[in-house]
Amino acid sequence: MDNQLNKLNPIKIIYISVIVPILAIFTALIISSVVIILSGSNPLIAYSALAEGAFGNLNNWIETILKTTPLIIGGLGVALAFRGGLFNIGVEGQIFVGSIATVIIGTTLKAPAIIHIPLTLLAGVLAGAVWAAIPGYLKARFGAHEVITTIMTNYIATRIITWSIGVNGPLRKTTSFVPETNSLLDTARLPLMISDTRLHIGIVIALILAIVVYILLFRTTLGIEIRTVGLNINAAKYCGIKVNRNIVLIMAISGGLAGLAGAIQVMGLSPYNFTAGFNVGYGFDSLAVAVLGNINPIGVVFSAFLFGAMDAGARLMQLRAKVPVDMITILQGLILMFVAANQIIRGIYRIQIQDKKADKVNLSQGWGGGSK
Amino acid sequence: MEINLIIGLSTLAIIKAAPLVFGALCGLLGERSGVINIGIEGMMLISAFTTFLGSALFNQWTGGIFPTNLSLLVGLFCGIASGALIAALHAVLSIHYKIDQVISGTVINLLAVGITNYVANVYIDPTHLSGVGVFPTIPIPILSDIPIIGPILFSHQPMIYLMFILVIFMQYLVFNTPMGLRMRSVGEHPRSADTVGIDVNRTRYINVILGGIFAGLGGAIMVLESVGRFQKLMTSGRGFIALAALIFGRWTSNGALGSALLFGFSEALGVRLQFGDLNHIKVIVIVSGLALLGLGLFLLIKKIKEKEINIKKYITILILIVLGFTIMVGSNYIKFPSISIPIEFLGLLPYILTIFVLTGFVRRAKGPAAAGIPYEKQ
Repeated sequence: MDNQLNKLNPIKIIYISVIVPILAIFTALIISSVVIILSGSNPLIAYSALAEGAFGNLNNWIETILKTTPLIIGGLGVALAFRGGLFNIGVEGQIFVGSIATVIIGTTLKAPAIIHIPLTLLAGVLAGAVWAAIPGYLKARFGAHEVITTIMTNYIATRIITWSIGVNGPLRKTTSFVPETNSLLDTARLPLMISDTRLHIGIVIALILAIVVYILLFRTTLGIEIRTVGLNINAAKYCGIKVNRNIVLIMAISGGLAGLAGAIQVMGLSPYNFTAGFNVGYGFDSLAVAVLGNINPIGVVFSAFLFGAMDAGARLMQLRAKVPVDMITILQGLILMFVAANQIIRGIYRIQIQDKKADKVNLSQGWGGGSK
Repeated sequence: MEINLIIGLSTLAIIKAAPLVFGALCGLLGERSGVINIGIEGMMLISAFTTFLGSALFNQWTGGIFPTNLSLLVGLFCGIASGALIAALHAVLSIHYKIDQVISGTVINLLAVGITNYVANVYIDPTHLSGVGVFPTIPIPILSDIPIIGPILFSHQPMIYLMFILVIFMQYLVFNTPMGLRMRSVGEHPRSADTVGIDVNRTRYINVILGGIFAGLGGAIMVLESVGRFQKLMTSGRGFIALAALIFGRWTSNGALGSALLFGFSEALGVRLQFGDLNHIKVIVIVSGLALLGLGLFLLIKKIKEKEINIKKYITILILIVLGFTIMVGSNYIKFPSISIPIEFLGLLPYILTIFVLTGFVRRAKGPAAAGIPYEKQ
């Protein structure tokens, strides 16, 4: 595959990997505008409000970056699992579990910030990793398909956490009338990048992680193992790769990233606690981000930025054009569809150049004995 | 008291199982022909939504001059049609464009959530569009008078009967007809199916779209026979539980019904315990007794069918049955502490059961061999 790639002109490679997603987004915007017109709003006003809400001024930019941060980390988690042939839909639940562990350590432990911050982050990572390793183990040991088990663990996490911050729940802030936990101690909060704004250092962590995951996947032995398991599980076994151990490990790393995304959300954003409805949807957005980014860590950064901008701009769109924020979900679904089925886009816009043959990962492998 | 409790729970279990059964039949048709469908959740959500819109708008536009049931039937038609339409999208994406079937399903789930929430926010909520109602309960004469079985099986709303008929029909269709043989061969070994002249992709298209009709029924029943209106995200994971039921039922229609009933029972139990008039601990003890008894009887029937003559193999089964029975009877004579379990935990039952089912049974059950792989003609 790589040889074939090298023969192509590098400019053409960039052209292919950029032009198709851009056209996919464009087409999705066109189709969504039909929906907006049907519901009696003006798509031009909606989209300009969307853009202004995302990039209008410094605060909008900061909001976009803040929305991008968890999507990068979550998207990296999903992309890494995809590379290993695993479909981690459980990111949503892993983010929740990570957030809750963060809250527990961040509110109870007494330590100076230099120790408290890393420990609190670590709590989020570990909790997410363990929560994701469960479906990983169930897959490795019993062949239970991770798509279903991770969705189930999402529901389980949501319900238990709803209970824990509900009336009389163990983590409920007793003086509060809404379901929320206590705020983190000052020593567990992430430092700000620009004072008197909401911009914390999470984005730096996210970008570093993107590079780390890239190196992990493409420059280390473990990365080769992960990708081999993803491409052909039988070949991986034949090579002597411990497939089962790898499945659990991949899920754990993936969930650890998701847990970290949750931890950063709790530690970086005022009021530094966990409330009902907090972070909802990041898990599923991460999925779309990973696919849109061609399950490549660098691609994930760009697609997360796109989704983050849409999320950040959605509120102004709702205010100004009376278009509900759910429009964003439709847009994301359409983008995902056109990127995955890029032949549609190639057909519409008559793109002749052949796609690089991307590493084909069959996500439905292990479906109760399916594709072998 | 126990017998009424068990009748009530079983009736509720069937009602709760119905959407799962329809969802599982949708999955069955797809996977037997080699197309995995994790978009059942989205299909059911959209169908529930169009069912509600169809029935409510028809009633509104005609000024309510037609009987309620006609509006509901219009809604049902809309639900089925939209199910088929969304399934057609899944078919085109995964069969024609050969994109990963799991991604195609995810696209459908995303779009379903987006579209239904969107329209609910811009139209249903602001206009306070109200539902038309639900189908009436139609007890079957004579049969519904049979003690115990009558109220459990023969006193339901019409779509429940439809469900039972379709399960039997599908079991026959898939395993006893030429069409069923063709679809199974396409799902197991498309290359050889192609060699003997079966049009692989055509079979897959037909199956996926037919499956969409079943998902449509599953979405419709949630509106037409339960809440009577659309609520945002009302499927709440039932499409995925339906898939688990299909796998647990080993890709057969009857098996899917059985496992959906198990999920339905666990959901019914969660619902019933929330009323607060029962001792939670006692009910759980009774139900676990019932579960042991059921498992024992199930194994017993299986062993007898296999003509097992080794007496030793029957001893464990006997212990299970006796233990289950003792627990159920014995629970009457013990005073249980009244501890109430938080509602959130009771609601966890179906999800935990799904995981248990997948871990315990999938390994021994093999799905259609070609499920998930797009067919490339040579």
